Amino acid sequence: MSQNNNKRAKRILLHILLILLSVLFIFPFLWMFMGAFKNDVEVIKMPPTLLPSKFSFDNFRTISKLFPVGRFLLNSVFVAFSSTILQLLFCAMAAYVFAKIKFTGREVLFTLFLITMMVPRQLTMITLYRIFVNLHLQNSYLGLILPSTYNALGIFLMRQHIRTIPDSFAEAATVDGASHFKIFFKLILPLCKPALATVGILGFMESWNSFLWPLIITSSTELATLPLGLSKLQGRWTTAWNLLMAGNVISTIPILMVYLFAQKYFIKSLAHSGIKG
Amino acid sequence: MVGESRLSKGLVILTFLLPSLIGLILFNIIPIISSAFMSFTDWDMLTNPKFVGFQNYYNVFFNENSIKSIVNTLKYVVGFTPLVICFGLMLAILLNIKITGLDVYRVIFFMPVVISWVVVSLIWIWLYSPDSGIINYLLSLIGINGPAWLQNEHTAMPAVIIASLWKDVGFAAVILLSGLQNIPDEYYESAEIDGANSIKKLFYITLPCLTPILFFLIVTSLITSFQVFDQVFIMTKGGPFGSTRTIVQEIYENAFQMGKVGFACAQAWLLVVIILVVTLVQNILQKRWVHYESK
Repeated sequence: MSQNNNKRAKRILLHILLILLSVLFIFPFLWMFMGAFKNDVEVIKMPPTLLPSKFSFDNFRTISKLFPVGRFLLNSVFVAFSSTILQLLFCAMAAYVFAKIKFTGREVLFTLFLITMMVPRQLTMITLYRIFVNLHLQNSYLGLILPSTYNALGIFLMRQHIRTIPDSFAEAATVDGASHFKIFFKLILPLCKPALATVGILGFMESWNSFLWPLIITSSTELATLPLGLSKLQGRWTTAWNLLMAGNVISTIPILMVYLFAQKYFIKSLAHSGIKG
Repeated sequence: MVGESRLSKGLVILTFLLPSLIGLILFNIIPIISSAFMSFTDWDMLTNPKFVGFQNYYNVFFNENSIKSIVNTLKYVVGFTPLVICFGLMLAILLNIKITGLDVYRVIFFMPVVISWVVVSLIWIWLYSPDSGIINYLLSLIGINGPAWLQNEHTAMPAVIIASLWKDVGFAAVILLSGLQNIPDEYYESAEIDGANSIKKLFYITLPCLTPILFFLIVTSLITSFQVFDQVFIMTKGGPFGSTRTIVQEIYENAFQMGKVGFACAQAWLLVVIILVVTLVQNILQKRWVHYESK
């Protein structure tokens, strides 16, 4: 009896501890949301109020008048989606060759791909910028998208997955006269869904949140993605918290929604990339 | 494959590999080689590069801003990495106790991981603000006169580290949790029969079993910590008085604002060498403390 009570007390204590920690993690988000609906006076009032005295969308109206926030959002959506789709296709194609088609030099080439995983972006970005300038890709959507269509980790993760698909599947299809293209699109890709989900989530997150490359490769406000647009917003209004938080909310809601709906896949993907990478 | 001509096989391989080959060559190999070459030149991206030998590498170690940025980066790495792993481990151990609502807590702790650094930084600038931030308000309630955090050269780096911990600790926790869940229950059961208490179980079962994942986590967080940029650039722009300027910010500003591209390339190569050496040292040291299960 007393041991049972003891166990219960421990459990309640653990929940209290975890709830306190949760507050620590949720509070900055909550503060951001509340700040986005407060007016410019209330947002700096001391002592602060938790809830805005009047929920108003004025901040959202103001920043969309002064800054093309809708455009930033569209840019982010377009860039993130096209990078992710192209990355998935290209990674899967390369992974298929590395997993299923034997040729001389295959392992050497694959190792070369793996080595690039270890090269920090900061090394390649400088001269890559110069190459993109020569190709007239600076200040363009292609310039934003192209570098993230290549992902060595993605190729690696997909190859691991495709290797588990028995050769007999593809061989049976070859006997029936199917080409590699048919085998890849009709047979391999549908069997790759878990790996595609992992690589897709990682790629989408990275592209959606990317800051340094867009900062380098674009200079016009028209092409700014949300993170870059937000930093421009901050450059203009350093301490207009209500406006900055409204911008933050617009930038956060899409990714937060996707995360909350697909949280299991998000957490699995990141943990997976962690262990395998 | 039977009945397939060599030519058509080659063509298939080439078609499937082409996009990634372009990525490999154009986005990686050429930039790596040319940045190695440019690191020995004086170049502003507009005029022709001039060969200057090891001058840039000399400057990396003797230019005041450059050294300061290396020191600042080290401060971040040393402050951030041990803490993110310690707190991540504590969270993971809490989450590994079988309780209801585990999934909810995990989702919450992981939330900051998926948000962009720019958003997180903007929120924390406000939280840290000396006159309208809630952190100093809460501190004032318990009679503490909070510092100016990001505007004070002694507290700016710790403040950046705290915000970084908030963002990344959930990631470390989730990875360590997956490792904890892989430890077979029998280990604990047999230890209990031998009369081991919780502390003993932690040090003799949990931690040793977790060493491969801990090793992986230490290696990857060190690599990403050395590349710290977004949060510092947004929160402090490297200030006050350059107290938070990191190597990557130096590289970015030298290459894209100051027209010192060759110097920036040399700094980028220094970063690569640092990361390589740290990772190699880790690999050598791991033999002493990482336990791989014998299969």
